[in-house]
Parts: sequence; structure tokens; C-alpha cells
Amino acid sequence: MSFYDIYQSYREFDFAGFFAGLTDQDITRIIYKNRLSELDYLALLSPAAESHLEEMAQRAHRLTVQHFGKVIFLYTPLYLANYCVNRCVYCGFAAHNQIPRRKLTLAEVEEEAKLIAATGLKHLLILTGESRQHSPVSYMKDCLEVLKKYFSSISIEVYPLTEEEYAELIAAGVDGMTMYQEVYNPEVYAELHPAGPKRNYLFRLDAPERACRAGMRTIGLGALLGLNDWRTEAFFTGLHANYLQSRYTDVEVSISPPRMRPHVGGFPPRVTVSDKNLVQYILAYRLFMPRGGITVSTRESEELRNRLVKLGVTRMSAASCTAVGGRSHAEGGTNQFDIADERDVPAMVQMLYQQGYQPVFKDWQLL
Amino acid sequence: MKDIFKIGGRELTSRLFLGTGKYSTNKIVPQVMEAAGSQVVTVALRRVDIDFEEENILNYVPQGCVLMPNTSGARNAQEAIRIARLAKAAGCGNWVKIEVISDNRYLLPDNYETIKATEVLAAEGFMVFPYISPDLMVAKELEKVGAAAVMPLGAPIGSNRGLKTKELIRILIEEISLPVIVDAGIGRPSEAAEAMEMGAAAVLVNTAVATADDPVMMARAFGLAVAAGRAAFLAGPGATQQYAVASSPLTGFLR
Repeated sequence: MSFYDIYQSYREFDFAGFFAGLTDQDITRIIYKNRLSELDYLALLSPAAESHLEEMAQRAHRLTVQHFGKVIFLYTPLYLANYCVNRCVYCGFAAHNQIPRRKLTLAEVEEEAKLIAATGLKHLLILTGESRQHSPVSYMKDCLEVLKKYFSSISIEVYPLTEEEYAELIAAGVDGMTMYQEVYNPEVYAELHPAGPKRNYLFRLDAPERACRAGMRTIGLGALLGLNDWRTEAFFTGLHANYLQSRYTDVEVSISPPRMRPHVGGFPPRVTVSDKNLVQYILAYRLFMPRGGITVSTRESEELRNRLVKLGVTRMSAASCTAVGGRSHAEGGTNQFDIADERDVPAMVQMLYQQGYQPVFKDWQLL
Repeated sequence: MKDIFKIGGRELTSRLFLGTGKYSTNKIVPQVMEAAGSQVVTVALRRVDIDFEEENILNYVPQGCVLMPNTSGARNAQEAIRIARLAKAAGCGNWVKIEVISDNRYLLPDNYETIKATEVLAAEGFMVFPYISPDLMVAKELEKVGAAAVMPLGAPIGSNRGLKTKELIRILIEEISLPVIVDAGIGRPSEAAEAMEMGAAAVLVNTAVATADDPVMMARAFGLAVAAGRAAFLAGPGATQQYAVASSPLTGFLR
């Protein structure tokens, strides 16, 4: 059994027909249910639910405060390398893009770590381009030895690994992993990933489960919004989270709803996902998974992120930089994508306190 | 009569323990503690940031209060033990609340792993306060391995659903000699009072205070309710009857 079996069980499902059959009464009833089924979640992602967003928001807010309190966890990404062997049509780091490639030396890793640590942040997400040759697991482990001195929790967002490799990184100090499936629809996935190991849809889809089996503490999932119909992609992301949470009860599962941003290469989003759509996704997920984490990155604008604080979000990135070595050497690095919220950590802290929320810099201790 | 609660080598006048999670700012913690009259505060070690003065929750724990670090985040006994040792090494004292949770949907405690962690830590000299699902055999085992108290849940953490496990907690109070501290689920001061009336030694509250519109006022209400419930317990409530006792008994003529 893998999540692919769950995905397959919906292959013939008539999404349009299901959406068309929903009434306002159905939506209201679902909003106040104690536990939502998979189809209840889908109903909250429907066009019919769009006229119930305020009701959903009130309930999502109450559930979030009840389970998480008035706190937002802050973390920041650190790009270790941008070498990539894939040709994903939508990514600035794709192999065919003519950009300067580099990976940080261990001295540079330390330099970046010191700059981030000085802001007080204790949770770090390390990223590499997808190249086993340039960013092997051994390189990640070397970097971890440096980073562990500065951070209490380190997560990875790298190419899919084997279960043994995840276990190796956990032993080296990693406690979280994020894996964006990008697109759950296999046909669209094949179109958007014309060459490179990332074409292997199933190996990527099952990566979070391999990480769970290896003993990872936290798992983050997501579809890149803009590549395919957002309602079904949001649905499968939620189902994937629910699948993992049900089988690996000790793992903290969270989702992220990233929307496409401008990047080198200029592939335009195939589907427009409005702010309203994004909010509906977040609210529906919160009602479906009351204890699930929801991460919103600096891809989103300052104004929108401020407003999302009270709508179910539990984690936010701060003072992000998507270029390799971009913190210590601002000139020359190519961003994977352009960030929209450029606030530094003190500005984020101030915003959260103004909204009556506590910024949490540390939420786990490497053991 | 002064009602002193002796536990873990300390003498306490308040039987309300408070948590520190979920507040919009750490700065409110001292006000909440003072309003409640509480002397014991639990802190998740996972959130203690010793390097960052301004955000370090330990800096907001009032002088004279007993600090009870908890092992929130631990998924098994081994992790709980390591967190407890880290807390001690960080100068958090020798009280520790064992939380071992391997269920992220309902956050129910893993009693089996909790017993294992308690045994090891009690042998190392910790005052161990294990958070458990109320189960008599588990409580007896914890008593045997050296726990300082048992902390059964009234309802799942953060649910504010009240004393859903009341009958099981009652059995623990009746059957074991350790103090029973009701932890988790209490949502209203009246429920805290009810637990105290039943004979609980203390209650631990977090979400109900932290997520109230006015946490300081709610803390005060909980302090009063716990004191009232304790007084009622000490006063020995009159017996309850299923039927009214007639003022003109039917058998009075037999005297």
C-alpha cells in the first residue's frame, strides 16, 4: 500500500459532477462537523464553498488557536547548492537554464549559518538543487556537522532519497523533510518534467513515506499551485497528509500551498490561483486536519501573509534568500524564484506581536 | 487551618499548576501566575531558547515558582529521558513532567513508554510527574517505579472538554497513594473545582487560560475555583441521596 493506491482510487472520480451537486446546506453542515471525511474536504474546496469563506475562516481560526495557540513558528531556508540535473519547465534552477552554478564550501556554510543564527532563528531548512553528483548525501552530512552548532532543528528539502539515506541523515541531525510533489496528476507531471531523474513520479510520491519509515519527526508536503487545477491538487495534498498522519501517528505532518513565482526561465503558470483560492485551500485543510501544520513561505506578499496569520497558518519562513550564498555574498547569486515578502526577522516579529501572536524561534531540540 | 500541599520536596499553598504554551506573548506569564496565585509552572523544553534572552520563556518564570519542564515532543521513553536530562543540565531543576506522545491526531499519551521513562528518571533522582491516560494498573506501576504523582488527562490536550474521564480519575484517587493531578482537558473553572472536590491533589491548566479572551482574569477565576474545590473536599460534602429524604418518615412510629 502506498499513497498512490489512494490516488488511484479517485482516478475515475467525477470531480465536476461532485462539485455541481453540492448545496449551500451541504457546505454549512460540513463546516460544523467534528471530523471531516475525504469528500467533506473536497466539498470545502468546491466553488460552492466560496460563498462560505467567512464561516470557514471563523472556525479555522478557533481550531488553530485551540490546538496551536496564538503562536507562529519561524524558520528560514538556506540554499546549499543550485546544481540540478532535471529539466523541469517551471524552475529557475533547471539544468537548461544558463545560470551561475555553485555550491557552498563548508566555510561558506558556516558564514551563512552565523548570519542566520544572529537573527535568533533556530529552525533551518536546507535546500539543494537536484543533483546527486554535486550534492550527495555525504555533502549534506558534512554541512550538518557545521549547522548543528547553530541550530536546534534542521530540515531538508532535497531530491528524493532512499529510506536508508533518510535514516543516515536523521542520525546526522536532520529531523524534518519537505517534499513537494509539484503535481499529483501523473500525466501533467510527465509533461512538466521532460528529462532527469525527477521524471520518476512514484519515487517522488513515496519519498515522504520512506522518510516516515526512517523515523523523521516532521514531514512537509505540497503541490506547486499554478501547474494544474488547484482544487484537485489541494485535495490530493490533503489526502496525502491524512494518509501519512494515519499511518505514522508520531510524525508531525504539515502542508504548504506554494504558488508559482517569477523565476529565470519565465514559464507562466497554467492556472491562476487567486488569493481567494489560496485562502479557501488553507481554510478547508484546517477544517479537515485540525492539528495539521500549515506553512506559508515568503513567496506570498507581506500584506497577504499578515492576513493569513489568523486563518490557520502555523509556520512562516522569514528573512528568506533563495540564492546560494545569498546572505553573505549578495551579488551574483541567482534566485530559484523571486521572494515577495522581504521583511527581516525583527520586522516579522513586530508584525506578529502587533497581531497578538507570539513568534516561536525554537520548537525542537536536537537530541 | 492552613492547607499545605507537600510534593516533590516542596511545600505549596496553591494547587493550581499552569502551563506556558499558546500565549500571544511570554510577557503575560508572570501576570497570569500572580493572578492565579499559582506556584508551579510547566514549560516545554523544546521551546526553551537559552541563547535568546528576549524570547526565552525561562526569563518570564516568576522568582520562587517551581519550574516543571516537560518532555513535550518526545515520541518514546528514550527521547523523554534525553529531554529530561537536557533540562536538568540547563539548570531547570529536578522536577520533570513526562509527556510521551506518539499520536499526533489526539495527542494521547503513550502509557507504556511513560512508565519506562519514569522508572529511569526516578532512579536518577528526578521528581517525575507522568502525564497519562487514566488507567489504574498504569498508575500502580508508576507508583511502584517512583513517580512523584500521576497526571491523568480529563480530556485530550487542548480540547477544553472537561472531565470526560471522571470515573476513571475517581478510581485513581481512591486506589493509589500518590497525589493525582488532573492534567489536560479542563476548560472551565467549574471543572477544576469539580476535580478538586473529587479529591484531586491539584490540577494543571494551560489552554483554558491561554486562549481565553482575558487570560489574566481567567487565571484568577481558576485560582479561586481550585481553592473553592479544595475547601469543599476538606469540608466533607454531605452524602447525596437518590431520593428525597422525607421530613415525615413512614417508619417514625416504630421509635
